[in-house]
Amino acid sequence: MKQCLVVDDSKVIRRVARRILEELNFEVEEAVDGKDALEKSLSNTPAVVLLDWNMPVMDGLEYLKAMRASPNIAQPIVVFCTTENDMSHIRAAIEAGANEYIMKPFDREIIEAKFSQCGLL
Amino acid sequence: MRTEDFDFLAKLLKQRSGLMLTQDKVYLLESRLTPIARERGLAGLDELISKLRSSRDEGLMNDVTEAMTTNESFFFRDNTPFDLFRDHVLPMLEKRRTNKKIRIWCAAASTGQEPYSLAMILKENWHKWQSWNIEIIATDISAQVLDKAKRGHYSQFEVQRGLPIQMLIKYFKQDGEVWKISDEIRRMVNYREFNLLDNFASLGQCDILFCRNVLIYFDQPTKSDVLGRMSQLLAADGALFLGSAETVLGITDKFRPVRSRRGLYVQSAAPDDLIT
Ligand SMILES: C[S@@+](CC[C@H](N)C(=O)[O-])C[C@H]1O[C@@H](n2cnc3c(N)ncnc32)[C@H](O)[C@@H]1O
Repeated sequence: MKQCLVVDDSKVIRRVARRILEELNFEVEEAVDGKDALEKSLSNTPAVVLLDWNMPVMDGLEYLKAMRASPNIAQPIVVFCTTENDMSHIRAAIEAGANEYIMKPFDREIIEAKFSQCGLL
Repeated sequence: MRTEDFDFLAKLLKQRSGLMLTQDKVYLLESRLTPIARERGLAGLDELISKLRSSRDEGLMNDVTEAMTTNESFFFRDNTPFDLFRDHVLPMLEKRRTNKKIRIWCAAASTGQEPYSLAMILKENWHKWQSWNIEIIATDISAQVLDKAKRGHYSQFEVQRGLPIQMLIKYFKQDGEVWKISDEIRRMVNYREFNLLDNFASLGQCDILFCRNVLIYFDQPTKSDVLGRMSQLLAADGALFLGSAETVLGITDKFRPVRSRRGLYVQSAAPDDLIT
């Protein structure tokens, strides 16, 4: 089973994402902000990270940059999942090394489509 | 709904678009045709049906036919056909077409996602294709979906179903809530209203034919007829793509599936090693 780390400061969103991902046969872990996510993914790198942008303590983009800058670890596939839906945010995310980008609101179909594009399904 | 009314509509729709209406779709008739009745100041579906019976109102019959089409589509639908198009069909034609001309026909293009996906694939390899003359003809029976296709405006939801983010960045511009496909992609596709039940003579020969997710709505004889005529239009070394729930097996002997290439078909008389 592939692991997916869901990073979002909203408990509701984490729950919705978890339900969809478990249906798609992922083993789901959760993190509440970028710092929490960084600690978790450095000790145990998941196959994929579903990443919110705006979060307290450390935001999604900072997490992504830190993750991509850390040497000697297997890099996860990173899929942003955020309400930021303008081209400049999308470009910034992709330039920082995100593999895909989901604009909220999302549903199962969108997650499925994006994950299969990343070769995860 | 009375049986004779259902039968009347089913016959009308089959004649006009090939749509095979089954009894379990009565709810669809009601939900899609009631708004048309209202627009015309008719009380409801019953009155609409009597109007259709008494007058041969072309406009009304058209509206009814269009309303009953299913137009769902998304970019790079099912992925595989588009990978096969890029990695197997185009390379084959690149070798065989010394005149550097390729004609592609999307036979049920709906709101444009399918032809635009093909155009984007070509654009991704433009250094190779720019010296070629590649025509994409996209047709549909519904003028309404073609209008949307020509405009090339999509919602956030539509650009997230199947479109890789890199392609969104490269080929779309954002305008508020709307994502507009770029002119360079839009200009690569020619749209035309066309009914698959009509004679194909006006279309001319093509090398690649996408006929996806439309035959499923037809009955067996109509499927055979359409595929038979497509076989005459398609080059002897051409490629046919069908939807993931569609096949030629048991329907026509003019085409055969390409082994382990799902959704891809060639003429039965084509050489075995045409597409590997
Ligand atoms: C489900 S869409 C398929 C769109 C696209 N090919 C895809 O696979 O995503 C089916 C389309 O077939 C069109 N259609 C139905 N009957 C037709 C006919 N007789 N001639 C041409 N188009 C037809 C409908 O208007 C509709 O847009």
